[in-house]
Amino acid sequence: MRNTFTQLTSTCVPLPLENVDTDQIIPARFLKATTREGFGLHLFCDWRYDTKGRPNPGFVLNQPTYGGEILVAGKNFGCGSSREHAAWAIAGYGFRAVVSSFFADIFKNNSMNNGLLPVVVSPDFLSGIFACLKADAGLTVTIDLPAQTIRNNASGRSEYFEVNAYKKDCLVNGLDDIDYLLANQAKIETYEKTRST
Amino acid sequence: MKKTLFEKIWEQHIVDTLPDATTQLYIDRLYCHEVTSPQAFAGLRERGLKPFRPKRIICIPDHNVPTLHQDRPIKDPVSKRQVDTLEKNATDFGLTYYGLLHPQNGIIHVVGPENGLTLPGMTVVCGDSHTSTHGALGAIAFGIGTSEVEMTLATQCIMQRKPKTMRINLEGRLQPGVTAKDVALYLIAQMTTGGATGYFVEYAGETIRQTTMEERLTICNLSIEMGARGGMIAPDRVTFEYLEDKACTPRGTAWEKALAHWQTLYSDPDAVFDKEVHFRAEAIEPMLTYGTNPGMGMGIGQRIPFLDSIDEAGRISFRKALDYMGFQPGEPMLDKSVDYVFLGSCTNGRIEDFRAFASVVRGRRKASGITAWLVPGSRQVAEQIEAEGLDRVLADAGFELRQPGCSACLAMNEDKVPAGKYAVSTSNRNFEGRQGPGSRTILAGPLVAAAAAVTGKITDPRTFRYA
Repeated sequence: MRNTFTQLTSTCVPLPLENVDTDQIIPARFLKATTREGFGLHLFCDWRYDTKGRPNPGFVLNQPTYGGEILVAGKNFGCGSSREHAAWAIAGYGFRAVVSSFFADIFKNNSMNNGLLPVVVSPDFLSGIFACLKADAGLTVTIDLPAQTIRNNASGRSEYFEVNAYKKDCLVNGLDDIDYLLANQAKIETYEKTRST
Repeated sequence: MKKTLFEKIWEQHIVDTLPDATTQLYIDRLYCHEVTSPQAFAGLRERGLKPFRPKRIICIPDHNVPTLHQDRPIKDPVSKRQVDTLEKNATDFGLTYYGLLHPQNGIIHVVGPENGLTLPGMTVVCGDSHTSTHGALGAIAFGIGTSEVEMTLATQCIMQRKPKTMRINLEGRLQPGVTAKDVALYLIAQMTTGGATGYFVEYAGETIRQTTMEERLTICNLSIEMGARGGMIAPDRVTFEYLEDKACTPRGTAWEKALAHWQTLYSDPDAVFDKEVHFRAEAIEPMLTYGTNPGMGMGIGQRIPFLDSIDEAGRISFRKALDYMGFQPGEPMLDKSVDYVFLGSCTNGRIEDFRAFASVVRGRRKASGITAWLVPGSRQVAEQIEAEGLDRVLADAGFELRQPGCSACLAMNEDKVPAGKYAVSTSNRNFEGRQGPGSRTILAGPLVAAAAAVTGKITDPRTFRYA
């Protein structure tokens, strides 16, 4: 049983950088744990802290102005390594959704397997959120997964987003792929027997 | 119905299709390393399950192993625990395990192909984005997350959406001094770091047909750096000759049967791709990167782009990248001073890479200010280096060889580039801090790395070899 996701209205944390890679989300030296817990502490570690471990006041996670459960980032978020630790770190920190104009494929799968919703919006909608956040840090965004809509509550603009029906069902109901696959085991055995190559 | 190579193999592995087109895909080969598997094995135990098809699973520690004194216990207790955990999981569940000092140990993406553990027509996954490497043999190979590792352990299947297909056609002859790494860095620079996201790439064309298997492994390895889920090359005589004598390839009639199947694995002449792009081999120079993603690459003799050539949304990231690297827009890279050189990784840790490096340093000396890490991709590569006498050539030039592992590519072991230092690295990522906090990485091929190692600065290797 995983975390469920239906509707969420929250303030946002803006990260208007493009191509944010998983090495920035969680640097490799923190990947040595053998459990899924604790990665939120090290989220964006090398941007968030200086070399002496002091919070870097220029980085958004250290600015009291911004907070919330939605991370808003530039295009191609989560590129690079396949480390699921990146999704664990973002979810562990307390985010429940990431909004961007596109995501790296593996990161997207990893997020959905951890109840963290990646929401793909148009470049225009994304720049709209960044602009509104600049004007008012208190901007809230509403994500409705069953309806597949995202709404910028400052501008009132709403947009439909894509998510495949199977993954949506898993997220809304807190199911995971293994539950599904185990129930489908007979088909796997039949496939193995009838396989020609 | 005309089909692409990707579609043929994909369809042969469909167990079930859901109404929304999500595919339950059968996986022929799962590789596990110590970093992305412990939580998957823990999840399996929590559910009271065992690996469903243990013979399809190979476990190899590679990410945080030391590259010196592998006969001694690993010093870093946290790294040691991860490696020990992988060994325990493999032992408990009866999985193949190639631990440190095992003759088949090394980086998974080097070991798999060189032992014939990856074969044409297979589906191959690993909790590692450079799994795309194995596509060079004509397999569908891609990186997955830990939850998907757990699914594969439990059921030998994963739930996937079929990616779109892209063919990258490369025609013409490569110039002398241009390596497979330069080809890949050129393609990534052209496509950009996210340009193939959502696609599975097939590399085709005359230039690709003429490459060796090791060159193909390098090209497919870097597919993920343009965002592609994977990259693949149709198997041909080069592939079959490469596989013939490998430790785990089928023998006798099994080989004949396999070969007959492999010969059906190509894109039909009229097959339709979602996207096709065309490039000329003659346009490719020795390449290097100047920024903090692999798409920020250029010919070695060119200049770093000016800010006004970058689209507006990307300027903050571009500036940040150059500030991090300590470079200015518009300046050349040639003659810039270098501190470290790293030869190795799943990208360039094979015998042909060591031959190339040795061809430049032979009869020369390592520059005095350079720290060089030469890390073979596997024990078999290390043995071949010795068998060919390259170890002597390298030693005479002042270079030491280390023991196999991922090493400075991601710096999970002791091989870390210090903050502010420049490393010319044959690995695959130049992200901020990738080779150690504050490290500055310049990605390049083995010839450019060797030229930097003997001159202490960015140098066009063609001025050495072909002057």
